[in-house]
Formats: sequence, structure tokens, C-alpha cells
Amino acid sequence: MNNNKTRPKHLNLFKIRMPVTAVASIAHRVSGVLLVMLIPVVVYLLQRSLHSEQSYDALMQLLTHPLAKMLLIIGIWAISHHFFAGIRFLLIDVDIGILKASARRSAWLVHALALICALWGVGIVL
Amino acid sequence: MSKLLSTGLRAWVIQRFSAVYMVVFLLYIAVSVAMRQSTGFEPWTAWLANPINNVVVGLFFFALLLHAWVGCRDIIMDYVKPFWLRMIKLVALAVLLLAMGLWVLLVLLKAVEY
Repeated sequence: MNNNKTRPKHLNLFKIRMPVTAVASIAHRVSGVLLVMLIPVVVYLLQRSLHSEQSYDALMQLLTHPLAKMLLIIGIWAISHHFFAGIRFLLIDVDIGILKASARRSAWLVHALALICALWGVGIVL
Repeated sequence: MSKLLSTGLRAWVIQRFSAVYMVVFLLYIAVSVAMRQSTGFEPWTAWLANPINNVVVGLFFFALLLHAWVGCRDIIMDYVKPFWLRMIKLVALAVLLLAMGLWVLLVLLKAVEY
């Protein structure tokens, strides 16, 4: 009994090495939560963009602010990761890419595509 | 069918259908942005005043809020174990998402008048 208590439990997220598929799954959640938090921001921006020509111009001005640019880049990463990982899950639903090797490949692809989109966003925004 | 689609499976189906709609919507937006003739306040309001675009955008937000509800509900059910805390969080989430929905509805109804 005593032995069991000293048995190492590797639930420390910094100690266990997560497979790339697990990282894709967790990133899908993280990006999803980020996107939900951005909903009120997006609705507010939509409202200001439609209110008047002045508020539209003010909004365009606001989007050049460094903080707004940072938020935009994070948002672009979140939506692209969620988009590609979501399509990956939809494909897995219909039995495409369910084998371990292909699931790992597609997870890497999702991370790569999201990163490319984020870098593309950096290029546009800066 | 209603018995088949009870609880978990219904959430699963909502999540998939809303996801597919949003993928198609994003492609439509990408094409619209790529094919636009001009930019600025006037073209933008005119685009959204078009009833088809207005409804398509409205349906997108409907799908988005449903998708957000199912996704956040899954996360809350995974990590928030005490029953009352879970209920409070779910109700707060529902109120927030409903408020977002009403807000978007008002914005879009106003946008169609331009």
C-alpha cells in the first residue's frame, strides 16, 4: 500500500510529453474559448462599422493601434487553428484519417496551417 | 428520432451542422472580399443591406452562438464538477450568448435599412 503512494503520477502537464494529436485537441479548446471571448468585440466592431461614416473611419483608425493589431493576430491564429482542426475532426468523424500515423500527420498539418495563417496575418497587420 | 437525438447526440449534431455552415459562410466571405469592386463605408453598408447577405450573416451568428453554447457547455461539464457551480456557469453562459444574439439581431435589422 505504501509503495503506491510514492509511485510517480505523471499528471504534471510540464512533465508528460503530450502527443501532437493531444496538443491539437487542447489547442482546439483554447482557440474556441478565445473566439467566444472575441464575440462581443466582433459585434461591437460590426455595430461601429455600420453606425456612420465617422464611426467607420474611427474604427479603421483604431485598428492601427498596436494593441488592436496584437488582438487581430491572436484572433487570426485562433480562428485558423479552430477552422483547420475543426475540419480535421469532421473528417475523422467520417473515418478519414483515423489511423495513428495519419492522425498525427493531420495534427501537424493543422498546427502548421494555423501558424502560416498567423504569420500571414502578421504580414498584413504590420 | 427525437428519442434518438436526445442529450449528447443532439449536441453533437448541432456542433457538426453549425460547423459546416460556418465553413461555407467563411468561404462565401472570402470570395466576396476577393471579388469586391471597392472598399469603404458605402460599399460595406450596401453589401450588408442586401437582404441575402444580411440573412446569411444573421444565420452565421446563429450558428456561431449555438456552436459556442455546445463547446463551452462541454468544457464546463468537463472541468466544473460541483452541481450548483456548474448550473450557475451554464446559466451565465446562456444569458451572455442570448444577449449577444439579441445585440446582433438589432445591429443587422438596422443594417438592412440603409
